[in-house]
Parts: sequence; C-alpha cells; structure tokens
Amino acid sequence: MAIDRSTIESVAHLARLSISEDEVRQTTDKITAIMGLIDEMQAVNTDGVEPLAHPLDATQRLRVDEVTEPNQREQLQAGAPATEDGLFLVPRVIE
Amino acid sequence: MSDPTSTKPIHQQSLAELSGALQAGKVSSVELTQHYLDRIKQLNNKINCFITVTEEQALEQAKAADTAIAAGNASPLTGIPLAHKDLFCTEGVKTSCGSKMLDNWVAPYESTVTGNLKAAGTVTLGKLNMDEFAMGGSNENSFYGPVRNPWNKEMVPGGSSGGSAAAVAAGLAVATTGTDTGGSIRQPASMCGITGLKPTYGRVSRWGMVAFASSLDQAGPMARTAQDAAMLLNVMAGFDPKDSTCMDRAVPDYTATLDQPLKGLRIGLPKEYFAEGLDAKVEQVIRDAIAEYEKLGATVKEISLPRTHHSVAAYYVIAPAEASANLSRFDGVRFGYRCEDPKDLEDLYKRSRGEGFGSEVKNRIMVGAYALSAGYYDAYYAKAQKIRRLIRDDFLKAFEEVDVIMGPTAPTPAFPIGAKANDPVAMYLGDIFTISTNLAGLPGMSVPAGFVDGLPVGLQIIGPHFEEARLLNAGHQFQQETDWHLHTPSEA
Amino acid sequence: MEWEAVIGLEVHVQLATKTKIFSGASTAFGAEPNTQACAIDLGLPGTLPVVNEEAINMAIKFGLGVNAEINKVNVFERKNYFYPDLPKGYQTTQLDKPIVGAGTVDIALEDGSVHTVRIHHAHLEEDAGKSLHEDFAGMSGIDLNRAGTPLIEVVTEPDMRNAKQAVAFARKLHSIVTTLGICDGDMSQGSMRFDVNVSVRPKGQEKLGTRTETKNLNSFRFMEAAINKEIQRQIEAIEDGFEIIQETRLYNGDTGEARSMRSKEEANDYRYFPCPDLLPVVIDDSRLDKLRAEMPEMPEVRKARFIEELGLSNYDAEILSGEKATADYFEAAAKTSGDAKLAANWVLGELAKTLNQNDTEIKDSPVSAEMLGGLIARIKDNTISGKIAKQVFDALWKGEGSTADEVIEKKGLKQVTDTGAIEAIVDEVLAANQAQVEQYQAAEEAKRGKMIGFFVGQIMKASKGKANPGMVNQLLKKKLG
Repeated sequence: MAIDRSTIESVAHLARLSISEDEVRQTTDKITAIMGLIDEMQAVNTDGVEPLAHPLDATQRLRVDEVTEPNQREQLQAGAPATEDGLFLVPRVIE
Repeated sequence: MSDPTSTKPIHQQSLAELSGALQAGKVSSVELTQHYLDRIKQLNNKINCFITVTEEQALEQAKAADTAIAAGNASPLTGIPLAHKDLFCTEGVKTSCGSKMLDNWVAPYESTVTGNLKAAGTVTLGKLNMDEFAMGGSNENSFYGPVRNPWNKEMVPGGSSGGSAAAVAAGLAVATTGTDTGGSIRQPASMCGITGLKPTYGRVSRWGMVAFASSLDQAGPMARTAQDAAMLLNVMAGFDPKDSTCMDRAVPDYTATLDQPLKGLRIGLPKEYFAEGLDAKVEQVIRDAIAEYEKLGATVKEISLPRTHHSVAAYYVIAPAEASANLSRFDGVRFGYRCEDPKDLEDLYKRSRGEGFGSEVKNRIMVGAYALSAGYYDAYYAKAQKIRRLIRDDFLKAFEEVDVIMGPTAPTPAFPIGAKANDPVAMYLGDIFTISTNLAGLPGMSVPAGFVDGLPVGLQIIGPHFEEARLLNAGHQFQQETDWHLHTPSEA
Repeated sequence: MEWEAVIGLEVHVQLATKTKIFSGASTAFGAEPNTQACAIDLGLPGTLPVVNEEAINMAIKFGLGVNAEINKVNVFERKNYFYPDLPKGYQTTQLDKPIVGAGTVDIALEDGSVHTVRIHHAHLEEDAGKSLHEDFAGMSGIDLNRAGTPLIEVVTEPDMRNAKQAVAFARKLHSIVTTLGICDGDMSQGSMRFDVNVSVRPKGQEKLGTRTETKNLNSFRFMEAAINKEIQRQIEAIEDGFEIIQETRLYNGDTGEARSMRSKEEANDYRYFPCPDLLPVVIDDSRLDKLRAEMPEMPEVRKARFIEELGLSNYDAEILSGEKATADYFEAAAKTSGDAKLAANWVLGELAKTLNQNDTEIKDSPVSAEMLGGLIARIKDNTISGKIAKQVFDALWKGEGSTADEVIEKKGLKQVTDTGAIEAIVDEVLAANQAQVEQYQAAEEAKRGKMIGFFVGQIMKASKGKANPGMVNQLLKKKLG
C-alpha cells in the first residue's frame, strides 16, 4: 500500500512526533517500502487461527497487596527536566 | 602482561580460563580490569563500542572481588570484567539506549540482569553502544555513532547488540550482555565471530531492561565460547517477581551438561533456511559445520518451517506496534530529553520526541501506530498475531522429530557501513533466519563456524523452549572439535 | 412535544487496596505530591507491572455483588494517548475481555416500583495522576500519586430515564461497593466518579438520540443537576432546530455551568492492543469459591430480609436497604425501638426530611440510630404521642439532650394518660365551646367525624399536646353523646 504524505502526517501526530520538512519525503518512502513488506502477510491463510500474544501459554502471577515502594521522590525526580514543589512541570494543561 | 601459564594474551582467553586463573591466584581482578581498561583506552576510538567507561567503579569492584577471592567467598564469575549493553539500567551510571533521548539519563535502579551479575562478583567496565532502542541490525542507528567491526572496520558489526559483540571480538571485555528481539544477539555474534545466546522468552528477567518489544525481548550472554555463555547464563537466568513474563522455573547448571556426547542428536535443517537470499559461501560454511556434527554422531534431517518468509512481515508489525506504545513514555515530562522552550504541551511532546529519537526509531513508531490505528488493527496486528501462532506451532511440530534445528544465523557476513542505510527492507530481511525464534519464544544461539572473505560466519542452533542446556552442549562440543571461536582479529 | 431522556452511566470506583494495581506504592489519599509515585508509576524506562491480587479479588467481589458473570480469563490492554497525567503514554485497562461481565442492579422508583438497571460490564484499569494549574508561572504541575490506583469502571446500559433514577442507581452502587468494602465511598476525595451519557428522544420513539458525555461528576447532587441541565439543553437545542453533537462535556458543580470539552471528531484513536508486559489473568474456581464465602450481606439479600423478617413493604425495604449507611441506621433504630415498621416510618419520614433540609448525610446525623430508637420506644409505650415525638426529635437534632428520655424529662413532655386529668381538660374545652357542642349534637352522624376533630385539636392545644389522643377521643364521644 502506498502511504501518502497526509497519512504520514496524521500518524506522526498520533505518535506526537515532529517530522521536519526534510524528513517527510524519506520517511514516506521508507514507510511505504516497509508497508509493502508487511502486506506480504496477507498471502498467509489464517482462517480459524487464534492470535498469539505471548509465545508461552503462561498466565499472570499476582502480587500480594503490601506496600514495598517507599517515597523516593528525590531520586526519581533527579533526572526530571523541570520540577517545582515536588511536581513535574509542563506547559499549561488546558482541559 | 599475560598469564604465564597460557600462551594467549589475557584478552584472548576465555571467561572460563580467566576464572580459573583468578581462583588459582595467578592473576588478580585488579590486574585483569586494568588490562581491559587500558585496551579500551587504546582501541575504543577505533571500534566505538563503549558509550560509557566506568573506570573508577570497575577498579573498586575489582578490589572487592580480589578480597572475596582471597577470603574464599568467590563465585566462578567473581572478578571477571564485563560490559553491558546500554539498555540495562545501572544505578548511578548513565543508561542511554544509544539515544539522544536518554543521553542525560541515570537510572535510579538496577536491572535484574546486571544486578545478578554484580552480585556474583563481576566487574563492570562500562556500557556498550547499540542501535538506538535496540532497533537495527547494523549498529548504525546510534546517537553515539556507528560501531565498527573489529574484523574489518569498514564493516558493520551487526546489531542491535553491535557494541556487545564488537567488544568481545576486539578483546575489550571478557564477555558482555546483549538483548535479542529479532536476532540482536545472534546476528552480531555471527558477524563478529563470537558466541551469543538468546534464551527462551521468560528465562531471563526483563526488569530494568529498557523495552523495545515486550513480548519478544530477551537478554542473553555474548562471549567467546559456549562454556563462557553457560557460566554467564547460570547467573543471568532465573525467576524474578518483578517481571510478570519471567517464568518461575528452576535454573539448571548449564555448565554441568556441556560435556555430554552428541551421539544420536537429531538435527533438523529447515529447507527454507538454505534458500532465500543465502550467500553461497555462507551456505558452504554452514554445510561444513553440519558435517562436523555428523562426525560427532548426530543425525541430520531436512525439515520445513513454511512461514519463515512471512515471519519478517509479522515481526515488523508486532515489534513496532509494541514499541510504539513502549516508547510513548519518552515524552519530555518526567525524565530524558526535553526540547527547548516548548510553546505548548503538544509542542513539548512533538519536538521532544521528534528531536530526541533518531529516524529509524521514529519510522518504527509510526509503522506501529499505523498498524494499530482504527480500521487497520485486524488487517495488520491481529493478522500478525495469527501468523505468530502458526510459526510457533510449526516449530513445536518440528521439535517432535528433531532435538535441535540448525542453519545460518544470517544470510550474509557483515556488510559495509552505509550499504543498507536507505533500504530498510533489505536491512530487515537480514533478520529472516533469527526473527521466527523470537516470535515463537525459543532459545537460539550463534556459534562461530568459519569465515567468508575474512569475515566471520555463525552457525545458528535453535532448541525447544527452556532447552538452553542442549544448545550450549551442542555449541561446546562443536568448539571442542573446531577452532573458529579462537580466531581473533588482527588488533585483538 | 413530549421528550424522554435516556441515561447511561460510566462509574469509576477506586478500589480500597493498600497499593497500586501494578506497583507496590501506597494508595493512601492526601500525601505530598509524587511521594507515592514509584518508578513503575512514573513509567520510568525498564520498569514493569505486576498485578495486585487484591485488586483482582475486589473486582470479582463487585461482580458477585451485581449478579454478574466473572470472566475466568481476562486480559489487560493498552489504551494509547498522550496526556501529562498519564505517565506511560497509555492506560493499562481492559477492553475485549473485562473481568466482570453483564449484571444487574435494582433501584426503587418514586412511584413505589422497582426498576432493574443492567450492567454492561465492569473492567479493571489504572487511574491517572492529577494536573494542578495554579501558581507555576503559566505552567501546570503534575502529581502522579494517584497514577496507578486501581479502578473498576462500571458501565451501565442506557436504562435510566431521568436524573432521579440515575442518582438512585449511583446511590445503590455506592451502597454495593461500600457494603463489599472494596471502596471507601468517599466522593469528595474522588473515590467514586461518574460520567453520565445523556440523550433525548421524542417520547415513544425507539431510536436513541445523539448522546453527550459529561465527565467526572463527584457528588450525587452535582450529578442530578448536571443531568437535568443537559436534558434541558438538548431539548431546547433540538426545539430551536439545532442538532446535538456527540461530545464530551464538563460540568462545574460550584458554578452550575456546563461546557463542551472536545467533540468526537477530534477524539483520539486509542490503538488498543493486549499489554505485552502482562499475561492473561486466569481466575480459578477455588478463588471464586473463597471470595463467594467472604461476601457480606448484599443490599438485595438485606432487602429480602427486611420484608420477610421485619414485615416491611417492598418499597420501604428497597429504599432502606439501598444504601449501607441507611440500612445500618435503620436496623439499629429498629432493634433499639423494638418496632421495625415504626422505625422505617421515622427513618423514611422525619429523619429523611430533616437530613435533606440540612443537607446532611445519614452517617453524620446528629440523631444517632440509638437515639431515634429510644425515641420510638417512647411512642410505642405511650409515653409520648407521635406529635410530641417530633418535638423531641427536633430537640435531639439540635443537641438539647443526648437521649429521648432526657429531653422528655427536661421539657416535661410526658403524655398525660391520667383519665381524671384528661377529663378535666375535656370538660373545660366543651364548656368554652358550647355553640360548637350544640352544632355537633344537631349534626347528622356522617358529618360528626369531621367535627370531632375540632374538639380534639382544642384539647391537644390546651394540654400542650401531652394528652393521649386515643383517650381524648374516647372521652369526647362519651360526653358529646
């Protein structure tokens, strides 16, 4: 399937990625090529086959409801781009 | 400086040999560590396999190891200098994932893999270069520049654990850790002439290992020999309550079965692994290796893995889909790269991610987001998961008739840097023989099997779920009969 | 044209676990910002989720409490969108295979009938953090303490037709989750949050109108007001010739204003897919059996008991069993008083009216169940009349005494049952109203019943309400002939 520029732009928006003008063309070509490879999948007959999300037929283990994580705000925020009063700062959120 | 009991220089000795020398007091960990640190200083600028070198910490760990050895508290790995792929979180040391996004990021916690290895007394020399977020097969997609193949510096080392493979091949670490999502341990091991093992999915904890594709990622050892890999896996493997997908299953002593004879081993050769795109000279190397196994008493049988070709397509839906969500947390809010002066929230997200990620990562995120988007889910994601089941079932069926499956690790030896830079499909097809084992969750190993035009070629051995011991046994026996794993590039 | 509203609810119920759904960080309310957000909650690279067993157990209990099927294999999925209070860029939730399947909840309607609201399903998911907008020089501050708190999202069918029904359902749900002990029910802290889907259609029309969703209502009162306002808005818009746009709306409870948040067209493409960091949760029979055995008495069962053992009507039993706090209060009052029917009348009558007038929750009532029970006991043993009892109740409400007996004693409200004393008052009143006596005696039998009320009123007034009304009636009939 040929992927057009507007599809690339809308997917880039969905994934919150800025794509520069220089990149758009190359990105479009590469993703078109990749989708061409992916589309070969359609040749495989999968009628009646259940999707497989995990290679092992294992089930979820459950954790005991006990507090194991003490406050580590200082260490955890050490690498944060912007904090104030223990809060992470971002440009104003408009609801 | 060299160990007087060996004719080989330190950095060409195996982990097992150095472990013996340490325990016997013939060499100290500080001496070993200093030797490798010196070599890193001397050679890393040519190979570019280290992103971070932790000299001070390494020497401290080495001193502690020497004390432990002197006190008789040593494990077989105590004092061994290792280096880790830079996507294992290491407390207090930068973990970059080869990305500008994490160029400034220091994890406040330790990965289970590196934690287990540290607890066993190993020394950490530093963190190794890789394709950004483990996405790539050539190690060209790194914010820190490409890694060069020690056998020929115009060539790629393979990827994504290219730094890990090159470091072992160049003698800049005794052994290293890698991760394998679609071949990222085995393919660079093949291209750099070392031994690399991807364990069964769920054998090794993924805690603290920055995720690429969660249902495919698995950490494993990269080393000179199968025996070294077995010694490392003994410590790396095991149940971890912090990873829901890590299996609660006893870890055997992988070194205990290395010497078992291979007589009667049933080897399956998938006809699809000797067809599409396979370099004729590589094929000959693999056929010769198989002949060696026959001499050891193994029997050979042709089998079929009919979905091999389509495994690439299915993989390039599943892995990018998982990655597209796994990489959403890199948003410039709580850690990592944030763009300058964001004008609003959307600008913060788009530019932090647009500037922080390299182009291959962005392309894969977009492919994944597209494959999951409204109206396409069934045609892409669900379809790929169905093919995934067919692929796994093909393997399970094959293992009813054979004990291991063998074939080439990669269709070609290492290729020149830049050769596939603008052809993602050609790059992706380089993973054609490794991808399906990830989709099926099987263990796979690459062992050095010969050379083509001066470049190493690896033999791939694939086993049933949780049969790592069988692979290591097969690899070790092969290495008792051959010396491909003992070859070293000229500078090493 | 006559319009009909159609209402469905999505209710977020915070589960009362000690720790987050996927991490071992505390869920306690009110901590300093980000002190209860661990590396997993922050979505730091390399961290992984492990499911909290108690969250699974609580969700199952909810399912059992609303007569729902429990899906023995349920799967967590990722819902992808970017928002600063969502650290991983996806919410881990359930979609195709939720833990709780279809169920039912009964509510009492005002006409005395009982109506069943169908539960479509309930799924487990993680809560998001909070954005704070004040004081950061044009920036917002993000607190992720709440991120990862386990929620069940309860989704109803569009089975409600007005705001009162929606509120009745919400109260019933509140009762169920607090009875089960799976939620603290504290709405002011956001422990239960309601999203209401509202549409209108001409009465009699089958096809549903376009609906809007008003999000995050956290009190019953706001919910009722928001629904009424939205119904009105939609009717007016349609009557003025506009079309209803499918959109998300916000209602400000303090100002009573509502506005559009975003329309469906610009809504996110959430790209759901099974979370590869988690495996399917499999619920085995032994877990189900164990949880079944631990179930407390549910409102439905309690209601049946109120009818069978205490002799209440279906309607009274429904209302009294609907909320745990009310049911507990009623049972305690019934027990202390020894008269369940009288207790029911008082709880549903005077108490409910007074609580409502004072905007007070029953758990905060200044008249405790024991106080009311003591008061009712005095009605039952004829110490006071029903009318005096209301005075005693008011006094208790105002804190003028800690028991009914104390108030009766202090205010001298004890009923006069002494025949001689009552007779004296009767004679006095008859003497003072000779004209009415003559009218009465001349009147036809049929009209006398009404006329006697005049004398009763005068006598009660003269006795300051303390005369026993039964005795007054008897004496009057005798004396008037």
